[in-house]
Amino acid sequence: MEPKTIIEKIWDKHVVHEEEGSPDLLYIDLHLVHEVTSPQAFEGLRMNNRRVRRPDLTFATMDHNVPTIARHIINDPVSKVQMEKLEENCNEFGVEIADINHPDQGIVHVIGPELGLTQPGKTIVCGDSHTSTHGAFGALAFGIGTSEVEHVLSTQTLWQSRPKTIEIRVNGRLGAGVTAKDLILAVIAKFGVNAGTGAVVEYTGEAIRNMSMEERMTVCNMSIEAGAKAGLISPDETTFSYLKGKRHVPANEAFNEAVAEWKELATDPGATYDEVLEIGAEEIEPQVTWGTNPSMGSSVYARVPFPEDYEDPGDQKAIKQALAYMDLKPGTQIQNIAIQYVFIGSCTNSRLSDLRAAAEIVRGRKVHESVTALVVPGSKSVKDAAEAEGLDQVFQEAGFEWREAGCSMCLAMNDDIVPPGERCASTSNRNFEGRQGNGSRTHLVSPAMAAAAAIEGRFTDARKIKPLVM
Amino acid sequence: MNVDTDQIIPKQFLKRIERKGFGQFLFYNWRFDDDGKPRDDFSLNEAQYQNASILVAGKNFGCGSSREHAPWALLDYGFRVIIATSFADIFYNNCVKNGILPVALDQEVITELFQKAKDGYELQVDLQKQEVRDGESIQASFKIDPYWKEMLLNGWDEVSRTLSLEEKIKLYEEKQLVGE
Repeated sequence: MEPKTIIEKIWDKHVVHEEEGSPDLLYIDLHLVHEVTSPQAFEGLRMNNRRVRRPDLTFATMDHNVPTIARHIINDPVSKVQMEKLEENCNEFGVEIADINHPDQGIVHVIGPELGLTQPGKTIVCGDSHTSTHGAFGALAFGIGTSEVEHVLSTQTLWQSRPKTIEIRVNGRLGAGVTAKDLILAVIAKFGVNAGTGAVVEYTGEAIRNMSMEERMTVCNMSIEAGAKAGLISPDETTFSYLKGKRHVPANEAFNEAVAEWKELATDPGATYDEVLEIGAEEIEPQVTWGTNPSMGSSVYARVPFPEDYEDPGDQKAIKQALAYMDLKPGTQIQNIAIQYVFIGSCTNSRLSDLRAAAEIVRGRKVHESVTALVVPGSKSVKDAAEAEGLDQVFQEAGFEWREAGCSMCLAMNDDIVPPGERCASTSNRNFEGRQGNGSRTHLVSPAMAAAAAIEGRFTDARKIKPLVM
Repeated sequence: MNVDTDQIIPKQFLKRIERKGFGQFLFYNWRFDDDGKPRDDFSLNEAQYQNASILVAGKNFGCGSSREHAPWALLDYGFRVIIATSFADIFYNNCVKNGILPVALDQEVITELFQKAKDGYELQVDLQKQEVRDGESIQASFKIDPYWKEMLLNGWDEVSRTLSLEEKIKLYEEKQLVGE
C-alpha cells in the first residue's frame, strides 16, 4: 500500500461523499461550541425548523465572555445575553453544556482534552481558530465560521477541500529552559504568518517526540498563527498514557483496542508531504514578540529591528506601522522593554504545567511594583489542581491576582483589559493591534518568560532566574 | 498586508447575537478615533471611496480569528467583492458562505488597482467568466473552485443540499459505528 501521512489517513476515513468539481463532504466526530460564534447558528436551525443531528457528538461551554472574578456578577448586559442564549440553545437542542457554574467549565480547548473528548483520529471542529490545539493528539482539528457551525449542527458534516500537507520537522532537542512556546514562536518568526495557508501541518522530529501532551498542545494551538488551518502530531505512547482513564476515553479492554487503532494513524515511513520545512531546536532561545503579528518576534537577546533590515517595501511598511503602534524604537534591546501588565493564561498556556513553570520562578519573589499581573487557569479543573499544590498561594504571595477560568485577557471580551498605551507580557497567541484592549501593546512569551517579566518589570531570560528553595 | 479579523471587526462588537448590523463597526479602531470621530488618515473615510463595493487589499487578508462577524461586517457595509493577493483559509470560506466573492490576483495587478482607485474608478468583476476588467489596461482572470462559484451564482442553501445526501451520511454512521 502507498505510504500515507496521518493527515491523509484521517481525511480518507472521513469522506462521506465525493464528486468531481466539489470539495469532499467530511464527517465530523466532535463539535465543540462556545457562546460567541454559535448564537446565529442555532437561530438558523430554528428558522429552518432543523434539529441538531448528533447532540451526542456536540459539547458546549462558556469561555470567551465569562468574568474571572466575582463570577456571578456579569457587568456587561450584552455578554450576559450571549451566555444566557447559549444555555437556552443547548437546552432547547439537547446539547450538553458546561456552564459557568459547572465543574467542567473552562476554555474549550483546555477542557476537550481534559475530559478525553479529544482523541486520536477524530475530526474535530469548533467556531474558533485555535481548535488546531486538539491536533496535539493526532486529531484533524480546525476552526470554522458560524455558517459552518450551523452546517455541522444540522448535518454533522462539512464540505472541505483537500488541504496541502506540510511537515515542520524540528531537528534536535530544545535547550534546558527553552519551552514549547519558544519553539512555536520561533517557527512562526522563521516561516511567517502565511506559511501554512491552504495546508495542514504535521510537526515531527526529536524535539516534538520529547514533549509532553501539554507542550504539544501549545505548539499545535498556534498553527493558525502560521496560517495553517490545522496542525497535528502523530500519536505515540505519550498520547496514550495521557488519555488513559479520561472520562470519555474507552476503558479496560476497549482502551487497548482503541490504542491498537490509534497506533495505525501515525504517518507511514516513506510518506511524502507537499512541502517540508525544517528548524533546528538547539538554535532556539527564549522568544519575545515585538510587533503586531505573531511572526514579528525574536530571541530575548535580540534588538527591535530596523524597517530597512527588510528588503520588501511591503515588509518595511508593515514593520514601520507595527513599531509605531508598539511605540518601540528600532535598535532597542528587547531586554530594555519595560512592561506594565503580565497575563498568564489562554488556550495556549493555561494548563497545569504552564502554571507550574511560572510558579517556579515566582516562588518567594515579588511582582515588580510597576506591574499588574494575573494568572487565569484554563479550566476549573486546572484551577483546582493548582490550588491543591498551593500554586495559588505562591502567585498571590508574590502579588499576582489568581482568577477563575476563562479566555480573559487573551482577547479582553470580559472585563480583563489592558489599558491603552500599556504593555503586556502575555502567554496568549495574538499580538494584533488592540487585541488585549484598545491601544494595548502585547508581547507574546512563554509562561516562564512572563513570570520573569513580572518580577523584573522588563523582559529578561527566564533561565537566569533560578528557583528559590523555600 | 496581513489584515487580521480583529481589525476588520474588533472584539467589543462580537457580543451581538444577530448576523446583521455589523457594518457600522467595520475596521472600527482604524476608522474612528477615541472620541468616535472618523479619522481622516484612513482610506475608507475618504470621499471617493464612499459607496465602494469592491475592497482591494494585500496578502493574507482575513488572517487570525475565525469570526464570521468579519464578512458580516464587510457585507453590511456594502462590500460584495474583496480583491487581495491572498486570503486566510477560514476567512475565504466565511466570505463565500455569505455571498462575498474573494478574488486573488497577482501583486502587479493589485498595485495597479491601488493606483487607479485613487480617483473615481470603476472595475467590473465577472464571476461567470472569472475575470476582472476595467475596459482599459486591466484584464485579469482569477481562480475559484467550481463548487464555490456555483454556490455564489445560485445562492444555494448549503445545508439543504447536504441534507439531500442524508442516506449517505446515515450509511457512513452505520459503517463507522459513530458514537458507539
